[in-house]
Amino acid sequence: MEELFQLTVLAYAAATTTYLVYFFSQNKRVRSGARGLLLGAGLLHTFYIAARYLASDHTPITSNHETVSFFAWSLTWGFLSFRWRYQVKNFGVFVTPLITLLMVIATFSSRHIVELPPALQSYWLPIHASIAILANGFMALAFCGGVMYLLQERQIKKKHFGLFYSRLPSLEALDNLNQHCLAIGFPLLTLGIVTGSIWAKQAWGAYWQWDPKETWSLITWFIYAAIIHQRLTVGWRRRRAAIMAIVGFSAVLFTLWGVNFLLGGVHSYAG
Amino acid sequence: MLAETILCLGVNHKTAPVAVREKLAFSGDCATPLTELKALPGCEECCLLSTCNRVEVLLVAKEGAASAETAVRNFLFGASGISLEESKQYSYFHQGSAAIGHVFRVAASLDSMVVGEPQILGQLKDAYRTATEQHATGAVLNKLLTKAFSVAKRIRTETNIGGSAVSISYAAVQLAKKIFGELKDKQVLLVGAGEMAELAAEHLVAQGIGKVVVANRTLERAVKLAQTFHGTAVGLDELVPQLAEVDILISSTGAPDLILRKEEVRPIMRQRHNRPLFLIDIAVPRDLDPELNDLDNVYLYDIDDLKQVVELNRAERQKEADKAERIVAEEAIKFLQWLEAMEVAPTITALRKKAEAVRDAELAKTLGNLAELGEKERKGVEMMANAIINKMLHDPMMFMKAPAPAEEKRAHLALVRKVFGLDDGGDAAS
Repeated sequence: MEELFQLTVLAYAAATTTYLVYFFSQNKRVRSGARGLLLGAGLLHTFYIAARYLASDHTPITSNHETVSFFAWSLTWGFLSFRWRYQVKNFGVFVTPLITLLMVIATFSSRHIVELPPALQSYWLPIHASIAILANGFMALAFCGGVMYLLQERQIKKKHFGLFYSRLPSLEALDNLNQHCLAIGFPLLTLGIVTGSIWAKQAWGAYWQWDPKETWSLITWFIYAAIIHQRLTVGWRRRRAAIMAIVGFSAVLFTLWGVNFLLGGVHSYAG
Repeated sequence: MLAETILCLGVNHKTAPVAVREKLAFSGDCATPLTELKALPGCEECCLLSTCNRVEVLLVAKEGAASAETAVRNFLFGASGISLEESKQYSYFHQGSAAIGHVFRVAASLDSMVVGEPQILGQLKDAYRTATEQHATGAVLNKLLTKAFSVAKRIRTETNIGGSAVSISYAAVQLAKKIFGELKDKQVLLVGAGEMAELAAEHLVAQGIGKVVVANRTLERAVKLAQTFHGTAVGLDELVPQLAEVDILISSTGAPDLILRKEEVRPIMRQRHNRPLFLIDIAVPRDLDPELNDLDNVYLYDIDDLKQVVELNRAERQKEADKAERIVAEEAIKFLQWLEAMEVAPTITALRKKAEAVRDAELAKTLGNLAELGEKERKGVEMMANAIINKMLHDPMMFMKAPAPAEEKRAHLALVRKVFGLDDGGDAAS
């Protein structure tokens, strides 16, 4: 299992490097290679998660290592699922480094398998945790799209045509991407909070107890709800939507890690 | 060396001014001058290309015919009153591999005034067709020109040489695409009816823009221009309310002052729900307030900004041209190899080799299946196989070796090479 994990990280790193080479060379053969590598890495990753499930006998989204690894997995498959529907030029160049970064964080977290306290042994664990992390994956994709938008917008606005101008897609395409990610990510985020609340009732007897993690997921939810509301009513699109996607994603990251390390609470992982 | 018999002499837009070129040009029918060319002493094959930017003669001369150049020079400049000495400064002359490379570059539009524009390939094809109709070309030029066409195609697909046209209006379209992606549900407003604005609008229509609106000081002119684009016309006083609807504005009025200010557009953006607005100001003095660019989702480009994009395209194009030159060099080497093989001796060797390879393969197969044969019988079968290929090859060899004029001889060689598939080593375009 240890080797499988290392192989997965290596495959992601290789895919990222190949995507970067593609970015500079714009050679289509390099791009096919990068896609192949990423698909391979995603499959290896799936096997790794399955192996961990069999070894621990519960859904492997409990320790920091497992959560981050599952986060990277969601990002990978979220990205690959987009590829089937429509193409965003050079999107992979921005997504794969983030995946690799997450995998590096996972590498440095304890890979010890955590014994689950009886309160958490429930079928709600796979449902709640996987939905919540999957939502994070799509928010991360929106974040990458937002960064690309701001880079491209800056080139067009400042009339400075550098490396990115010809390589990044049109502003319209990037704005659509943003909308698309939120349209999938936001319902998942909502569902994640609802299932978590049901599970909390089952495990601790109350739907909501203002545990820091709960509070912060609610804050994150409000940020995204505001983005979507504003887009539909007063036309917060384009530049502002791109900035908000980045703000929203920082809230996601804080909910994921900041809360554990700074605030504590029942969501803190044993590891 | 066969390669050294290929000559190319001509004038183009780089070597000669239009006043000289027009004296040389053969307008319309090239058949008569071709007959003249064919009759020149030392000429074996020829082709004549005459366009508004170039006049050139492609010639295969008899080996050792140094006089061919002077003959062609007389032919080209004879009627123009330009002396032989003077003609040298206006023309270029290539021989051998330089001539081959030149033909490839012309076909691929690397030697054109607007590099990458595809018209020249069609003109070259026409010139070649006329030459074949007059039976002016032979084995060498047939191969060279068809090769040139495939080189042009290869360069078109492998490089982006025609991709970024270098003009202001094209730059505007390219930027519009970077902002809006698809243009088909977008609208453009032309303010003022200048020539440049018209050209840009034409480009946008060609790219499938949804609707054209024209605003002008005199409504009559606006209506006229709108009709050519199947658009609508509005008065100049409707400019600001129109901004709520359109996505691209191209301004080219002769107004001495600004016609659109930041304060006028700011409320419009709210009304537009922040849909982006692309403002193009090609008027001098400027029509649009430079501060408009500070508004969110408004992109303002004036003529200097667009020129900058054009420069960028030009640099990009130079890079692609370098790639194309590499392909030309590569293909020229391949062609030279083919020419070398076009001598009698290497063709005979290649033919023998092929026949022997077939013989050996078949012998191995047959003898492998007949293990019971004795040494004597095996020898007999081998001798028979040998005798068959020798007898079969006798006639083609005699055909190639038969005394004939050089040009006919090459046609024979080319035929034999084709019939026996001797050039199939990876190069199917023959």
